[in-house]
Amino acid sequence: MSRVIPIEPTADFKARARGVLDDPAQRQNFRGAMDYLQSKRRAQFADEDELQSLRDLGQQIRRHSLAHLPRLLEQLETRLSANGVQVHWAQTPAEANAIALAIAQRAQARRIIKGKSMVSEEIHFNRAMEDAGLEALESDMGEYIVQLAGEAPSHIIMPAIHKTKQEIAALFAREVPGASYTEDVDALIDIGRRVLRSKFAQADIGLSGVNVAVAETGTLCLVENEGNGRMCTTVPRVHIAITGIEKVVEKLEHVPPILSLLTRSATGQSVTTYVNMISGPRRPGEKDGPQEVHLILLDNGRTQAYADEQLRATLQCIRCGACMNHCPVYARVGGHAYGTTYPGPIGAIISPHLQGLESTYPLAFASTLCGACTEVCPVKIPITDLLVRLRNEAQARPDSEEATLRGSGSARRLKTSATWSVWAQVYGRLGLYKLASWFMSRGRGLSPSDQGAWTRSRTPLVPAPKRLRDLLKERQS
Amino acid sequence: MSARDQILARLRAAPSGSPATVPDVSGWYQRQRRDEDRAQRIERLRQGLLAWRAEVHAVTSGNWTQVLLELIAAKGLRQLLIGHDTPHGEALAASAPASLEIVRYDQAVEEWKHRLFDRVDASLTLARSAIAETGSLVLWPSASEPRLMSLVPAVHIVLLDVDAIHADFHAAISAEGWTSGLPSNALLISGPSKTADIQQTLAYGAHGPRELVVLLRTAEGVEP
Repeated sequence: MSRVIPIEPTADFKARARGVLDDPAQRQNFRGAMDYLQSKRRAQFADEDELQSLRDLGQQIRRHSLAHLPRLLEQLETRLSANGVQVHWAQTPAEANAIALAIAQRAQARRIIKGKSMVSEEIHFNRAMEDAGLEALESDMGEYIVQLAGEAPSHIIMPAIHKTKQEIAALFAREVPGASYTEDVDALIDIGRRVLRSKFAQADIGLSGVNVAVAETGTLCLVENEGNGRMCTTVPRVHIAITGIEKVVEKLEHVPPILSLLTRSATGQSVTTYVNMISGPRRPGEKDGPQEVHLILLDNGRTQAYADEQLRATLQCIRCGACMNHCPVYARVGGHAYGTTYPGPIGAIISPHLQGLESTYPLAFASTLCGACTEVCPVKIPITDLLVRLRNEAQARPDSEEATLRGSGSARRLKTSATWSVWAQVYGRLGLYKLASWFMSRGRGLSPSDQGAWTRSRTPLVPAPKRLRDLLKERQS
Repeated sequence: MSARDQILARLRAAPSGSPATVPDVSGWYQRQRRDEDRAQRIERLRQGLLAWRAEVHAVTSGNWTQVLLELIAAKGLRQLLIGHDTPHGEALAASAPASLEIVRYDQAVEEWKHRLFDRVDASLTLARSAIAETGSLVLWPSASEPRLMSLVPAVHIVLLDVDAIHADFHAAISAEGWTSGLPSNALLISGPSKTADIQQTLAYGAHGPRELVVLLRTAEGVEP
């Protein structure tokens, strides 16, 4: 019998997850890191009333921004242009990379030094630059480690969270010229500092992300602890910032509450070492700062989320990572298992818009719907509701009204949908239900012992010898 | 149609959704603020700075240069970067001993990048103000005190007048009228540069200064 083998992205996710689950060292890394980040966050929000009212405010600010998004993007562009910043728009990763390459070519640049930017990961910026013969070097310590190892970040805030200091010590000894093996963290950081300092001075272009873009003043806000972000946005002669179109807020006064929610939720800090607010390139008479500043605004599927009133809430995200830090699934399988740029609950709800549901729907199912992510989200994104919605989209009949997204219906299987349609028929009609349950309880001896995924770690389901209806009848008589 | 127009057209074509509440940010901060007098606010800032591992010294307008020169000698710093034509920089330079090399940021960074990166131990800048809530210093780099002064040297020394301390970030923005004109770069600085990227172990001096020294300056004869 021949049959069409469906493309099963689920299998990849499960295989990767299994790999981590079978690796005690990695599990310990993630567990330790998640416990650390959770307790740091908890200590920051000792006052429950303050936390809840600040979350309400954060949600209002982000919803307000989204409600006026096209107007605010235009205002941002106008203000930035007036400040001397060149604004570019990209619909796809390829367009964004082409814009960056064109800037680099005009500036005759060869070396790019990068501050932490998840959007640059999203568009595979480094690969695009390297393919064009440019050097793109990460300078955030975690990103630098991950790049040296030839890997991708496993967490959006702490990219090298999956690595132990022993692994990093071995990596540096192997890859960094002149570095000898040491497990002393200060010494390891010093090696990174030494290598990267000279790179900052030599680079032609600094690339950064943006945490918040302010429409009324034309200001790009970046938070960081290391100072590499400031190096990237200050030392090279050209600064390119790249961000998703959703990161804008209307007013400068919206920045303090958003940054407070961001840093306290992310790493449990009331503020980061540096809050870097850029409103333009070097002005006449100034002695440092880039000669050119560019902002690339990226869509990459965000307008698909925006088009739907429920899914639009996905774009409220300020990328703090609290949802993954509190996710029982992420804590066990780690970031790489997801196979997407953004892992964890936020990854599950944003990735379908960036990459299509075809390859990302398994992530919506990789959740217990326990609601921890929704509870900690600083801008109150109803993450569990969105996960359920994406599950429905993934199972929807492709030509039906329920199928509204790129790749809707990808998870639909004939066997599954037939089973559930029979189930719906039976449970929707009393006579049929009575008849079916009578047969089930009488025929319980025929229940299969292999019930697929269920019996892999559980005992088989067997119908009760007597139906509830029969038990009640006995009791009443 | 350009990428810009297509993106904006898609956003405009989306349903407008239920009307969003206009956020009342000022109101929220008003409700959170505590009653505190000047001394309490200075103390709150001091505690915040210390929590970020900054070194804090109380000085007066009369003795700050002397206190600072003693600190510089104790730390064994050999070069100090000061701004171009700043009153505080020149005041310090005037009383500096011959053993301390005073470097002025009086040319574009391209002219002396390698010297700045490799041959300057410390820098002195003024803070515009500070934020008690988070223990942060507010710096507005300028032509006379450029951006890299607070980033490249291993020791960053900041002079702050205690009358310029705000309760929180929101108060700083509104009291100083930031919306009517921001510099090309505005900064909040809270402690020395740090990272916890290797196994959540905190290490200082990641890429920026390893030490942040804050001089809290009161006018001579005024109780802090």
